[in-house]
Formats: sequence, structure tokens, C-alpha cells
Amino acid sequence: MSTTQVNPTRMELTRLKRKLTTALRGHKLLKDKRDELMRQFLDLVRINKTLREEVEAAIKAANQNFVLARAGMLDEVLNVALLAPTQRISLEASYQNIMSVDVPKFDIHTRVADAQGIYSYGFAFTSSDLDDSVGALAAVLPELLRLAEVEKSCQLMAAEIEKTRRRVNALEHVMIPRMQEQIKYITMKLDENERSTQIRLMKVKDMMLEEAHHYKERQGA
Amino acid sequence: MYKVGVMGDRDSIYGFAVLGLDTYPVTDREKASETLRQLAESDYAVVYITEALAAELEGEIDRYRAAQLPAIIPIPGVMGNTGMGLRNVKKSVEQAVGSDIIFGSEYE
Repeated sequence: MSTTQVNPTRMELTRLKRKLTTALRGHKLLKDKRDELMRQFLDLVRINKTLREEVEAAIKAANQNFVLARAGMLDEVLNVALLAPTQRISLEASYQNIMSVDVPKFDIHTRVADAQGIYSYGFAFTSSDLDDSVGALAAVLPELLRLAEVEKSCQLMAAEIEKTRRRVNALEHVMIPRMQEQIKYITMKLDENERSTQIRLMKVKDMMLEEAHHYKERQGA
Repeated sequence: MYKVGVMGDRDSIYGFAVLGLDTYPVTDREKASETLRQLAESDYAVVYITEALAAELEGEIDRYRAAQLPAIIPIPGVMGNTGMGLRNVKKSVEQAVGSDIIFGSEYE
């Protein structure tokens, strides 16, 4: 039995019925939304996984070269070499709407367009490991940004899916059964009232007839 | 226009400076969380953070999980890959699906 008390009136019944229709419709829509979000999310998360594995491997390789470069060069020389970067990166973020989730999309803007222009140092005094390292990092940068985009999208979508799933479950397991219960309760109560009125009327009719004509409708009584 | 930041120990992130990303060499937990907050509040769209540092700032990073920007992305540092990045992805899957259905037990 429902825990909340409802007034067994016709008005309440109509109200509840209307609410139930809305709830059922909302439930169906939310369920569809959840399914579609989930489908997109799973695609995205698979991309995220492969992308991350690639990026991590590339960074690992670049780091190895970098450590070698550090070992082979004087600290000061390295510091000077990396002191004034020529390249400058800025992002333009736009949003893409995937099933009501606004996921970011980054457009990369670089100051130096030429891939060779990124080296901020002369090659004379630095080890070639440094060049390799910087080159490898530069190569992985687009993927690194794509990873940021995808991973953020995954996080946002995961949060949205969780929210939607809770709503669907709340509707499915709490709201809708409760309303159905209440509707049932009101219908029964109204029916019961109607029957009791009917009986009362019959009884009154009996009594009035007997009073007026000393007439018993039912012979056996 | 948004910027891209990199946080972590100096050795791990120096290379990124050449690429034109803003590097913030921090290792101290207190300072790192302060820097992260500053970056998140100014116009940084992406903050890469080494896994070692990210592990210490887990609580701070989780706060920006649901925010649209910045995207805080763990990357492996010179110390090697701790698998934290993939664990984060796994966490997203668990949050969305309820249980992990993609990664299996390989990244526990």
C-alpha cells in the first residue's frame, strides 16, 4: 500500500491519471535517451582507450629520448635551448551537442605553421636525442589534444548517463508503481462508495414503501 | 582563445614547452593544487598533468570531472606509466554502465 495518503476523490483521480500518462511518456523518452547515450558513449570510450594507449606509448618514447638528451648535455645548455619556445599554441573550443550533452571540440591554432619551425634552438650544441624527443612530442600533439577532447566527452557523458539512469529507475520503480497503486486505491474507494450509496437508497425505498402502504416488497421478509 | 597547460615534475614536462604549451613545473602537493585551481579558473581548456602528480591531486581533479572545461588529462611522466590514465577511463565506464564491460581486469 502506498505510504502517502491520497484523497479518494474524482478530481484527485483525474489528476493522478494525467500525471501517470506524463510519467509513462517521460519514462519511455528517458529510456530511449539513455540507450542512445550509452551507445554513443561506448563507441567513444573505445576510441578513448585506443587513443590513450597510442599517446602513452608515444610519450614514453619521447621521454626516453629526453632522458638521454639530458644525460648527454649540460643542464645549462639544455635550459638555454628550451628557454624561448618559438611555437605558441592556442585552442578554440566549440561545443557539440550529443544527446543534450555539450561536449567540447578543440581547434588548434599554432603560431608557427612549419613543422620544422618548432625547434627553438640551434642544432650545433644540442644532442640529437633532444631533436628526436621534441619531434616525437610534436608529432603526438594532435592526438594528445584529440585525447583531451574525447576523454572530457567521455567524462561528461558518463555523468549524464548516470543521471539519466537514475531518473529512469526512479520513474520505473518508484513513481509509476506508486501512482498506479494510488489510482487503484481511489477507484476501489469510489466504487465502494457508489455501492454503499446504492444499498442505502434501496434500504430507504424499502422503508418508505412499508410506511406508506404497509407493503412488504419482499414477500419472504 | 584558450590555452593549454602542462603540470608535473620538471623533467617530464620540459619537452612540452618547446611545443608552445605553458608548463608549470610543480611537485609539491600544496603548490600543485593551487596552480591547478588557478589554471582551471583562468582560460585553460586543457591541463595535462603527470600521473604521479595526478595521483596526489585526485580529489581536486575529480571536482572538475563534471565541469565542461578544463579537461584535466593525466599523461605518463619520465617515471613511467602507472596505468592511471586508463584507470580513469575505466572509472567513466563504471560510472556510466554500472560495471566495467570494456577493460576487464587488466588495469586493476
